[in-house]
Amino acid sequence: MHFPIILFLTKNWLESHMASAICSQKDYKVVPGPEAYLSPAAASMGIVLPEKGQGLIEGQIVSEKVAMEAIAKKLLGAKNPTFFPGPNVLWAVSEKAVAKAVALQEMVKAVPGMKIIPMPDYRPKYPMINPEVEINPNHPNLTIWHNEIDVCVFAGVHCHYANLALKIIRGGTDCYTIALCANPGHEDAMISLRDVHVEDIRRLTKVIERLREGSK
Amino acid sequence: MIPKISPGFEDVLPVEYRELVQDGSYGRNLRIKDLGTFKESIEEHPLCAGCALSLSIRLIVASLPCPEDTIVVGTTGCNSILMPQLAIHNIHSLFGNQNAVASGLKRALKIRYPDKHKDVVVVAGDGGTADIGLSMTMHSWFRRENITTIMLDNEGYSNTGGQESSMTREGVVLYMAPLGKKYPKTRMFEIARESGCAYVAAVSPASPRRLEKMVRRAILVARAIGPTYVQIYCPCATNYKFSPSETLKRTKDDEQIREYMSSDAKELIERLGE
Ligand code: SF4
Repeated sequence: MHFPIILFLTKNWLESHMASAICSQKDYKVVPGPEAYLSPAAASMGIVLPEKGQGLIEGQIVSEKVAMEAIAKKLLGAKNPTFFPGPNVLWAVSEKAVAKAVALQEMVKAVPGMKIIPMPDYRPKYPMINPEVEINPNHPNLTIWHNEIDVCVFAGVHCHYANLALKIIRGGTDCYTIALCANPGHEDAMISLRDVHVEDIRRLTKVIERLREGSK
Repeated sequence: MIPKISPGFEDVLPVEYRELVQDGSYGRNLRIKDLGTFKESIEEHPLCAGCALSLSIRLIVASLPCPEDTIVVGTTGCNSILMPQLAIHNIHSLFGNQNAVASGLKRALKIRYPDKHKDVVVVAGDGGTADIGLSMTMHSWFRRENITTIMLDNEGYSNTGGQESSMTREGVVLYMAPLGKKYPKTRMFEIARESGCAYVAAVSPASPRRLEKMVRRAILVARAIGPTYVQIYCPCATNYKFSPSETLKRTKDDEQIREYMSSDAKELIERLGE
């Protein structure tokens, strides 16, 4: 009677594998890579989006205030901090977009040495982009590698392309990613704020300025 | 919408984008005769040397009456490798779905922008239009959707190595069709006319001005009346084994220029002076 033994083995195998899968999801942290050629979507590893007034740090939900402080520290401690503005702020499609663009430029000015490299659109360009002057969601790692960027901030990139870029960066580089999202946040970024509008960007800039002055 | 750069970001945008804003075709009513005097919406592309598709696409894009308010819908084929690089809104649909996607898009745009013309133009190969997507193509015509369908007819499946399509001519031998095509080329011009297209044309890039006129007419008729169809003969240098330098000659020799318009379409074209 081999049948029950097979069942028994299968049950054991399933239990042990399910346990390790649950465990690896519980322990998953969204941290700098290089993680894998195809890093998993953080959502599939159990990372959930923050609620209003909250943010995410490496997959853990924290208050928005804590996330803002962490962003400021990361930016001020970076060797080569870089801001990647996406189409939603690069192009003057509305007054809101322009106001946000201005506030983001104020934020960049508050971080010593912070550069701006744009993501003007999402076209998969051939033969390749010029990584010195632009970033493309289909191969963002090229820009990170070429410019040796250790901490980056995304804003104004449509959700699905932001997630694609964030995943590829985590997969192939050791860059620390920060997403200033106007919607519910980006679980694939190492730090993410949600509902980020002009006044929130200005609050973040103030935090950066305070920490910068405090460290003098 | 004509793009503007957010203040303060002018200097960080790559030069290509600045040129598109300052000297591109949006909102300027430029024509084929103006080529070479402005920044084009397509420049680099990965198609083969001597490919008539690339020339045709360049001419189609330069012929659009309103590039800033045009959405191009494409599908699988050699041209789909070029399409995403257009600086014009474009959608890549699943193989054969392009006219269904374009129909939905046009209907949504009519609701979203009731006071504005948004031109939805399908640009697809012969495989996508006349074989795999024939049902979607014809049903969009039966339903009288306000879209333009442009077929880039290279008479075969080229990016998969040279299989015959229904647009391949009878007797033609291709790399992966060694026995020769056993039946004649599908008569898409006639099918389009009988399926309800208000304007139908056949042309090749050997006649750029004529191509421009036909593409413009097709788009303007689609806006006001109903579906339109333009078939552009685009021989494939790689699979038909001719030298890239012979493309235009071949195109010219084989060109079959034809035009049909319904009485409504004729009246409109005359009224618009097109
Ligand atoms: S295979 Fe033929 S149709 Fe395709 S890009 Fe090359 S020449 Fe053009």
